[in-house]
Amino acid sequence: MATFLSHETCPTIKNILLLDSEGKRVAVKYYSDEWPTNSAKLAFEKSIFTKTHKTNARTEAEITMVENNIIIYKFVQDLHFFVTGGDDENELILATVLQGFFDAVTLLLRNNVDQREALENLDMILLCLDEIVDGGIILETDGSIIAGKVATHSVDDGAPLSEQTISQALATAREHLTRSLLK
Amino acid sequence: MAQPLVKKDDDRDEEADYSPFLGIEKGAVLQEARVFNDPQLDARRCSQVITKLLYLLNQGDSFTKVEATEVFFAVTKLFQSKDNGLRRMVYLIIKDLSPSADEVIIVTSSLMKDMNSRTDMYRANAIRVLCRITDGTLLTQIERYLKQAIVDKNPVVASAALVSGIHLLQTTPEIVKRWSNEVQEAVQSRAALVQFHALALLHQIRQNDRLAVSKLVTSLTKGAVRSPLAQCLLIRYTSQVIRETGVNSQTGDRPFYDYLESCLRHKAEMVIFEAAKAITELSNVTTRELTPAITVLQLLLSSSKPVLRFAAVRTLNKVAMTHPMAVTNCNIDMESLISDQNRSIATLAITTLLKTGNESSVDRLMKQITNFMSDIADEFKIVVVEAIRSLCLKFPLKYRSLMNFLSNILREEGGFEYKKAIVDSVVLLIRDIPDAKESGLLHLCEFIEDCEFTYLSTQILHFLGNEGPKTSDPSKYIRYIYNRVILENATVRASAVSTLAKFGALVDSLKPRIFILLRRCLFDNDDEVRDRATLYLNSLGDGSVAETDKDVKEFLFGSLDIPLTNMETTLRNYAQNPTEEPFDINSVPREVKSLPLVEKKAPGKKPTPLGPPPPAPTSASDAYERLLSSIPEFANFGKLFKSSVPVELTEAETEYAVNVVKHIFDHYVVFQYNCTNTIPEQLLENVTVIVDASEAEEFSEVGVKPLKSLPYDTPAQTFVAFERPEGTPAVGKFSNTLRFTVKEVDTSTGEAEDDGVEDEYQLEDFEVVAADYILKVGVSNFRNAWESMDPDTERIDEYGLGPRESLVEAVNAVISLLGLQPCEGTETVPNNSRSHACLLSGVYIGNAKVLVRLSFGMDSSKEVAMKLAVRSDDVNVSEAIHEIVASG
Repeated sequence: MATFLSHETCPTIKNILLLDSEGKRVAVKYYSDEWPTNSAKLAFEKSIFTKTHKTNARTEAEITMVENNIIIYKFVQDLHFFVTGGDDENELILATVLQGFFDAVTLLLRNNVDQREALENLDMILLCLDEIVDGGIILETDGSIIAGKVATHSVDDGAPLSEQTISQALATAREHLTRSLLK
Repeated sequence: MAQPLVKKDDDRDEEADYSPFLGIEKGAVLQEARVFNDPQLDARRCSQVITKLLYLLNQGDSFTKVEATEVFFAVTKLFQSKDNGLRRMVYLIIKDLSPSADEVIIVTSSLMKDMNSRTDMYRANAIRVLCRITDGTLLTQIERYLKQAIVDKNPVVASAALVSGIHLLQTTPEIVKRWSNEVQEAVQSRAALVQFHALALLHQIRQNDRLAVSKLVTSLTKGAVRSPLAQCLLIRYTSQVIRETGVNSQTGDRPFYDYLESCLRHKAEMVIFEAAKAITELSNVTTRELTPAITVLQLLLSSSKPVLRFAAVRTLNKVAMTHPMAVTNCNIDMESLISDQNRSIATLAITTLLKTGNESSVDRLMKQITNFMSDIADEFKIVVVEAIRSLCLKFPLKYRSLMNFLSNILREEGGFEYKKAIVDSVVLLIRDIPDAKESGLLHLCEFIEDCEFTYLSTQILHFLGNEGPKTSDPSKYIRYIYNRVILENATVRASAVSTLAKFGALVDSLKPRIFILLRRCLFDNDDEVRDRATLYLNSLGDGSVAETDKDVKEFLFGSLDIPLTNMETTLRNYAQNPTEEPFDINSVPREVKSLPLVEKKAPGKKPTPLGPPPPAPTSASDAYERLLSSIPEFANFGKLFKSSVPVELTEAETEYAVNVVKHIFDHYVVFQYNCTNTIPEQLLENVTVIVDASEAEEFSEVGVKPLKSLPYDTPAQTFVAFERPEGTPAVGKFSNTLRFTVKEVDTSTGEAEDDGVEDEYQLEDFEVVAADYILKVGVSNFRNAWESMDPDTERIDEYGLGPRESLVEAVNAVISLLGLQPCEGTETVPNNSRSHACLLSGVYIGNAKVLVRLSFGMDSSKEVAMKLAVRSDDVNVSEAIHEIVASG
C-alpha cells in the first residue's frame, strides 16, 4: 500500500546532481532524507556514476534504476547531469526536470558547458538548482525561464536572458559559428 | 620550496584540471568572510565569498556550531546592500546554514521587509526562505502576507507561497488549512505552474475528505487544467477516486474512465504516459479498458528517446504479470528492444517476452538471451532466471532447451544470489517435470564439483539424497557425492554422509558399497561427520544386500512434521529440568504459532549456518495447557488438542469485558471465560457463566469452576466444561449469561461493602464450529506429502459457492471455514485471476493428518465453483471434511 500512497502525492524529486568526468561533485542538491550523511550521499553518487559512466548519454537522456530509484541522466563534455526520483515516479516528469536543468545551465554558461565554466559560474549553477526544485517539489521546468530568473540576479548582467540586446545575441551567434567551424 | 619536482607536476595538473576552487581551505574562507562586516560593502567580493562557502558546504564540508553562527551573523549584515545578485546569494546561504530558532529572529524582520518589497523576485525568495527556516509561532505573524502572496499577480510569487504551503502543511496543518479559499482561487490561475502547485496543495489540504476530493476531480476533469504537470496530478487524484468508488454495478462502467482515456490523446507525452499507467493499475481492469492504454504504450516502445522506451516497457512488464494476453500484441516491438543499448530496457523487454511468449517462440528467445546474458549485471540475471523458471512451468515440453540454458549459466561466473536463483530453478524443474529429472540431477552434480557456496552444496546434496535413489541408475551419482566427502569442508561432508546413507537405504544393491564408503567416514576429523556415519552404519543393517527396515526409512526420509521452533522450546525446557525420563518427541506441540515460513525445500537435518532459527515465540497453547492442568476438575480430561483464539462476547467499552477461549479435548470441551471488570466502584463475587446449550444437543455440561472475586481492572477466568461423544466434531451454538454478586466499593478507601446484590449480564452467543477440531499444521513439501498418503482415502467433490465479490474472498472463506494451514503460499490469490489452486494441511481431531487440494474457478457472472480433493489418514476424516464444506 505504501507505494500507492506515495503515488497519490505530488511528483517528488529526490536529488539533482552535477558531477564531473571522474564522478566528483560540481554541485549537488538532495531533497530527500534517504541519504542522511555525507558518506551515504557520496556512496550513492559513486554507485550511479560507476553504473552510468560507460553509457552513451550525450544525444538523448538515458535512464537506469539504482537501489529502487529511477535515475535520468545526460552527459555533456566533462559534465554529468543526474535527476533521481522514486521507483513509482513518472519517468517522463523526471526527464522534464533534467531537461530544464540542462537547458538552463546551457543558456547560463552561454553554450560553454564544461566543468571549468561550471565551476567558474558556480553561483549561477547553485541558483539554478534553487529555482528548479524546492524541497523536492518541482518549481519550474522550462530552461529559459529558469535561466531568466537566475540571470536577473547575476552580478554582471542586469537584463534577463530573453531580453538580450541585439549585439549580445550576435556575439553569441558568432561564438556558435566559430565553434562549429573549429570542430 | 624543497620539492621542485612535485611543484612542476602541480603546475601541469592545474593546466589540465583548472578549478577556481583549487586549494580552497575552510579556515581561510571563514577569514575572508570578514568582508561582510566592512562598512563599505563590496557586493561582488561578498558574492564570491558566499559562493566559496556554498562550495565548501556542497562538497560535504561541515561547519561547527560556532562557525555556522558566526557566518550567519555576518551574512545578516548583507541585507544592507541593495545589490540584487548579492541578495540572492544571501537567501541561498541562509537556507543552507539552517539557522536555529533564536538565530532566525535576527533575519525575520529583514525577510518580512523583502516579502512586501515591490521587486517580485525579492517577494518570492523571501517567502521561500522564511517558510523554510521559520517555526509555527512566527507563521501566525506572516500568515496574512502569505495568503496575499498565494493570489499574487506574479506567478513566481504565487508559486513560492503555494510550495511553501505544501511544506508547512506537514508541520503546521491547522494554519495552512485556513488558506483553502485563496488556494481554490489559485487553482483557476492562468499560469501553468501556479495551477499545478495550487492543485497539489488543495488536494493535500482535503485529502482526508473523500467527498471534497471527488468534487474537486469532477469539476477539474471537465477541462480547466492547462499545465501537463497539473494534468498528471489530476490523473493521480482521479485514479484514487476511482479506487475508492469502485465500478458502477448496474452499467459495469467505471466513473472517470472516459477522462483517463481522453488523456491518452493529450499533446504532452508526460500526460499520455501517466494516463496509460493509471489505466493499467486500475483494480480488476478489463481487457476492453486496457486496450487503448496498451496501444499508446506500444507506440512509445519505438520512440527514439530511451526514457520513453524504458517507461513503456516497464509498465507493460507489470501488465504482463496479470494480463499476459493483453501485451502479446507488442511482442514484435519488444523483441527489437532485446538489443537495446540500454541494458535496463533490454532486461525488461526479455522478462516481458518470457511472460507473454508462446511455446513456438521459446527456442528463438533463448538464443537471443544467451548472447545477452554475458554483458549484464547479476541483478538483471536473477530477474531473467526467475522469468525463465516460470516460463518452464508454463511450457513443460520445452524443458530441454530451458534446462540447457540453466546448466550453461550455472557454469559461468556469478555471485551467491544469482547461483541460488539458478539452483532453485533447476530443483523446481526436476520436481515438476519428471522427464527433466535425470539431466537436471546431473547438472546439479557437476555444479557441486566446483561450488564455492556451502549453503548451495548442502541443499543440493539433500535434494540428491531424496531424488537420486529413485532414478534408473542411482550408482552414477555416488562418485559425485563421495568426492564431497573427500574434498569439502565439514558441513558439506556431513551432508554428503547423509546423502550416501539415503542411497544405501533405498537401493539395496548399492548397500554393500555404501557401507565401505561410510566406514571410511568413521575416521573423519569432524565430530558431526563421524557421528552421522556411525548412526547410519548402525541403523542400515549389516551391510548385506537386504531390504532396509521400514522404520529406518521413516527415520531417514520422514520429514519432521513438528515446527522447529516448538521443538527448540520443548528441548530447552527438557534440558533445564533434569529428569530420568527420555525425551518424548510427541510432547512437542504441533500447532504452528507464528506465520509459518513454508520453505521450498524440506528442512535440513541440522540448522544451516545461513538460517538461524527465529527466536521461539511465546506459546499461548503452552500457557493454556499449564493453566488447565492446574485445575483439578479438568486434570483427567487428557491431552489438550486445540485452543481457539479468544472470541469477544461483549462490545468494546462495556461495563464488563468478557471473551471466551474454546479448549478442545478428545472427549471434552472446556470454555474459558476471561472476564474484566471495568467499573472502579464495583467488586464482583461468585462470578459464573450460565450456559444454555439447547442448540448444541451433543454436548452435556459436566462442571463449572466459578470465579471467587473479580476486582476492578484485574482480568480473571471462570470455566465451564462439557462432555461430548469421543472424537467427534460435534458443533453447536451456546448462549451465555454472566451471573455474579455486586458489591459497592468506596473508591477513596478501596473497601467493599459487606452486602451485595445478585445480578446478571447478558453476553453474546458463540458457536463451536468444525474448524475448532482442526489444527493448523503446515507441511514443507505438499506434493511429497500428498503422494505419500493412501490414494484410497481420497474423496473428491465439486461445490458451487454462488456469486462472490472476488476469488480472494471465496478462498479466504473456505480456508477459515476449514481452519487448515495454507501451504506454500497458495493462500495468496493474484489480483484479477479467474482461477486459483490452494493447498491446505492440518491435523483432525483424533490425530489424523489431513491434506486438501482446492481448485477455484470464477465465471463471467462472478459465480465461483470449487473442486475439493481430500486425502487423510482415515477415510471417515476425508468425508468429514466434505461434510464441513457441504454444510458450511
